[in-house]
Amino acid sequence: MSSDLRDLYQQVIVDHSRKPRNYHSLQDATRKVEGYNPLCGDRITIYLKLEGDVVRDISFEGAGCAISTASASLLTESLKGKTLADAEALFESFHALVTGLEPVHEAPKLGKLEAFSGVCDYPTRVKCATLAWHTLRAALGNETDKVSTE
Amino acid sequence: MGAQTNTARVKLDVSTIRRDFPALTQTVHGKPLVYLDNAATTQKPQVVIDALTSFYTHDCANVHRGVHTLSERATNGYEAARIKVSRFLNARTPREIVFTRGATESINLVAEAWGRANVGSGDEILITALEHHSNIVPWQILAQEKRARLTVAPMDDRGEVILEEFEKRLGPWTKIAAISHVSNALGSINPVRRMIQMAHERGIPVLVDGAQAAPHMKVDVRALDCDFYAFSGHKMLGPTGIGVLYGKQALLDKMPPYQGGGDMIRSVKFECTVYNDPPYRFEAGTPHIAGAIALGAAIDYLESVGLDNIEAYERELLEYGTEALERIEGLRLIGTAPEKAAVLSFVIDGIHPHDMATILDSEGIAIRAGHHCAEPVMDRFGIPATSRASLAFYNTKGEIDALAAGIAKAKEIFQ
Repeated sequence: MSSDLRDLYQQVIVDHSRKPRNYHSLQDATRKVEGYNPLCGDRITIYLKLEGDVVRDISFEGAGCAISTASASLLTESLKGKTLADAEALFESFHALVTGLEPVHEAPKLGKLEAFSGVCDYPTRVKCATLAWHTLRAALGNETDKVSTE
Repeated sequence: MGAQTNTARVKLDVSTIRRDFPALTQTVHGKPLVYLDNAATTQKPQVVIDALTSFYTHDCANVHRGVHTLSERATNGYEAARIKVSRFLNARTPREIVFTRGATESINLVAEAWGRANVGSGDEILITALEHHSNIVPWQILAQEKRARLTVAPMDDRGEVILEEFEKRLGPWTKIAAISHVSNALGSINPVRRMIQMAHERGIPVLVDGAQAAPHMKVDVRALDCDFYAFSGHKMLGPTGIGVLYGKQALLDKMPPYQGGGDMIRSVKFECTVYNDPPYRFEAGTPHIAGAIALGAAIDYLESVGLDNIEAYERELLEYGTEALERIEGLRLIGTAPEKAAVLSFVIDGIHPHDMATILDSEGIAIRAGHHCAEPVMDRFGIPATSRASLAFYNTKGEIDALAAGIAKAKEIFQ
């Protein structure tokens, strides 16, 4: 395989795309939002359980490419227990990473999310990497998408 | 078609042909370009590029109105292209050829101009499950406006329209049937001649979406006896932004205009405007003159190679490609109709088409990943998307080998 491709499909990404973590619905979710990338047909649903401004639990379901699935999987891993402000800062860092830009504010550590550093060389795939994040933002910003918890 | 083309002699020298297409000589990511996205658009031979350049270099003027030399040249070139298209389709007269922006606009023109005058509340418009969005949505818009109903003839697991189901849906309320000649997502060739007969037995006119057929096989609108035939220039070596609507003269004559403007009128008074005759009635505004002329050049080129040769050669490529892909473990071809154009749509366990397209692109191979503007087709097979390699007569068996090797590479990454 060419080295470029290995930069994009790092082992962490391949692993999370094949075995996505937190891949299920959430019975007691307080918010549920669907994301859709009409360009490639990827669909994702994010379930969020918020307590105050802390992400107590988070999960997802959907069908998508390796980049979008792995991104959603790693997103859920990274955000459990984090505050909304943490989530927003992480989104900004992640977005800067995949678009190849410098983050505006002081960036939090991305940890495993660094695996997406190769995406910036593939402009057509940036939307795959950010679909879950944009969906999450919609979930955080929109109270009307609350799901029933019964 | 199938049986006879197996024995048909392929008289086509692909290496000579490839030299006519400047875009094919480039490298992508350091690898020779393998262009397998021909159902989206084809590359252009030098003669087509030259026709565009020549028009803008020497003959640029508006058509049908100037008395000066350049305007006369432009008009002659534009109308000569119309004659070429009418011969290409075996229409009765060039007056049956309307230039449009593409197959999509051709279909919208019929839905608007013919549809609004002929479809009413409770009527039905029949399409098939194979259609591209461009042969679904214009009819949906019409149906919504007129409170008519869109009915759909289903297909089987191989991607063939079920003829009995199509016939069943040709009912007393069916006002028009709109069917694709060749499916863009699957490659299935519909038995359009038989379907048109079925419709005509009940007095129902038929529009054929020929966007995927015109570049790959001889189309004879009189033999088909279709009422309308739509296609795009850019999928058959021509420029983007030019397309064709063939319509039987008797139908075109009775149709109200599509858009209002210059060229489509005979006289304009504030009280009353007299419309021009077809085809001009449907060509409001300055048309894509250079595009029409270059489409004429594309037709000349296709005919110099020979549509029969193209069809036979592509059949051979399709057979080779089908065998090559079927050898790949875990790969499933979507669309296995016995009558099929050179489209290889496939899915592989554990590899999303989008990733496949990225990995193949890194090998210089251009394919399309997605729903191919045919979401209902994807839904029918229960998949969100496919990878699609669509072939043209300038492709080679070597390029299919490269595709197979690229797929193997993708499997390596995701194994």
